[in-house]
Amino acid sequence: MTEIASVTAERGVPPARPARRFRPGTWAGLIPFFVFALLFLGLPIAFLAFGSIADNTTGAPTLDNYAALSTPLVVNAFQTSIEVSLVTAIVGGIFGFLLAVAVILGRLPRVLRSALMTFSGVASNFAGIPLALAFIYTLSAEGMVTHLLRGVGLNLDFKIFSKFGIEIVYLYFQFPLMVLIIAPAIDGLKPEWREAAENMGASSADYWRRVALPILTPTLLGSMILLFGNSFGAQATAYQLSAGLVPLVPLAIGNQISGDVLHNAGLGYSMAMGMVAVMGVSIVGYAWLQRRAERWLR
Amino acid sequence: MTVASNENLATVAASARPAAPRRQRGALWAWVVFIIGALYFIVPLIATFEVSMRSIPLFSAYTNAFADPGFFSSLLYSFVIGVITVVLSIVLIVPTAFWVRLRAPRLRPFVEFITLLPFVVPPVVLVFGLIKAYSRPPLPLTNSEFGSDALLVFAYVVLSLPYMYRAVDSGLRTIDIRSLTEAAQSMGASWFTILTRIILPNLRVALLSGAFLSLAIVIGEYTIASYLARPAFGPYLQLLGANRAYEPAAVSLISFGLTWLAMIAIAMLGRGSRTRIQIGGAH
Repeated sequence: MTEIASVTAERGVPPARPARRFRPGTWAGLIPFFVFALLFLGLPIAFLAFGSIADNTTGAPTLDNYAALSTPLVVNAFQTSIEVSLVTAIVGGIFGFLLAVAVILGRLPRVLRSALMTFSGVASNFAGIPLALAFIYTLSAEGMVTHLLRGVGLNLDFKIFSKFGIEIVYLYFQFPLMVLIIAPAIDGLKPEWREAAENMGASSADYWRRVALPILTPTLLGSMILLFGNSFGAQATAYQLSAGLVPLVPLAIGNQISGDVLHNAGLGYSMAMGMVAVMGVSIVGYAWLQRRAERWLR
Repeated sequence: MTVASNENLATVAASARPAAPRRQRGALWAWVVFIIGALYFIVPLIATFEVSMRSIPLFSAYTNAFADPGFFSSLLYSFVIGVITVVLSIVLIVPTAFWVRLRAPRLRPFVEFITLLPFVVPPVVLVFGLIKAYSRPPLPLTNSEFGSDALLVFAYVVLSLPYMYRAVDSGLRTIDIRSLTEAAQSMGASWFTILTRIILPNLRVALLSGAFLSLAIVIGEYTIASYLARPAFGPYLQLLGANRAYEPAAVSLISFGLTWLAMIAIAMLGRGSRTRIQIGGAH
C-alpha cells in the first residue's frame, strides 16, 4: 500500500525506489512546525540556558549562577514551591481519585457524573486572578466563610495570604484535574477482574487492595506528577494571593523579569533552568509510569 | 475502603452473598465525598456573588463593571488574540499531524516530544526567554506594539500545542486519511485542496473542542500578557482587583461564566463523537 501511495504522491521519484526513511520529502511537510518550535520554544530556552552559564558582565563561561542557587532565599523558594506542589498533588490527587470513584462506581445518580465532569473541566481551567479573588472573598479575614464561622463562635486562625492558604486555593484546580485524568482509568477497570476476585472469595476490600489499586498505581502516581507540575508552574494565582509573603520560584522569576531584585541578573536564568529541570524530571517520570500503566488499561 | 461495584456485578455478587448492606455503605460514602467536592466548588462562587451584591444599589457592581471602557476593550483584545491564536495553531498543527500520520510516522515520537515541551516550560519561564530573545536585534519584537502582540500570539500558540496536537491527532485516528488522500490525489487534488477540503471538514469536532479550550485558557491568561505589557483581560482584572471593591467580584464571576460556556460547548461537541476530547488544566 505504501508503494502505490508513494508512486502517486511523489511525482518525479522513480517508482522502483521503495519508500524509505529520511528522504528530503519526509521532512518537507514538517518544516513550518520545526521552524516555529525552534523560534518560539527552542530559542527562548537557549537564551536562558546560555545566560545561565555566562558571567553577568563579561559573558565568559561560568557556573557562578548555579552556585548562587544555594543562597538561602533561592533555596527557600525552591523548597516552598516543591512543598506546595507536593502537598496539593498528593491531597488533590487522593481526593480527586475518591471523587472519581464515587461518581463512577458509587451508585450516585448518573447526572452527577456528567455534572462533575463538566465542573472539573471548568475548575481545572479556572485559575489565576479570578480564582484568587474568589478565595479571598471566601476565606480572608473579611471573607464569607470566616464571617459565618465567627458567627457561631469559631475563630479561624487561618491566613489566606500564606503557604497553607495557597495550598487551599491550588486544590481548587488540582482535584478537578485529577478527576479528569483518572476517570478513564477507573472506567478501564474490567468487571471481569472483580468477578474473578469474588469467585475466589475476595471481599471488596481485598479486591481494592490486591487487584484494583495495584493496577491503578502507575496511573495514580503519574497523574499526581502531572498535578505536581501543574502547581509548580502556576504563577498568576500565587501572584495575586501571596502579596510577596510566600516565596515561590515562579514569583521569584517574575520579579527577576521586572527588575534585578536579587542583585544578580544571572540568578534569574539559573532559577529558570532549575524550574525547567524539575519539570523535566517530573515529565520523564510521568512518561515512564504511563508506559507501565498501559500494560493493563487500554 | 469499601466501594460498591456497578449494576451487573452486584447481581452476580448477590448470588454469593447479600449485596444490600454493601450497596448502602458504598452509596453513603460516595455521597459524602461528592458533597464535600461540591461544596469546595460552589462556596467560593457564592462568596464572590455575595461580594458582588454588596454594592449599592443592587447590581451596580455589574453595571459599573460594564460601564468601564477597560472591561470591553480588554475582553475584546483577549478574544481577538485568542481567535488569532486558534487560527494560527490550526494552520500549524493540522498539516503537521497529517504529515506525521501519512508520510513520517518515524518522526512521530520526536514531534510528540516537542508538543509536550510546553508542559516542561512554565509560562513564566517561557515569557522570560521570549523577552530575552526578542528584545534585541535582529528581531526586536518587544519594541513595538505590533511586535509585542505578535509575540503574545506566538507564546499562546506554544501554550496551545499540547492540547491542539492531541485533539487533532486523535481526530485523525478516526478517519482513514490514507485512502482519502489517495482518492483525492487520483482526481488531481493538490495538497492544499486535500487539507482544506477533505481533512479540515473531517476534523471539525476535534478542532472546535481544541479551539474552545485554547480560547478559555487564553482569555484569562495573566502571566505572559502581563510581562509583555499587553492590555489583556487578565492584567485588567488584576488591576481592577487592586483598585476597586465590588467590581472585581462581578468580573470574576463573568470570567468564570465564560470558562463555563467554553466547557459546555466542548461537552456538546463531544456528544456522539468518537473523538476523545481532552479538557485538562493549563496554568
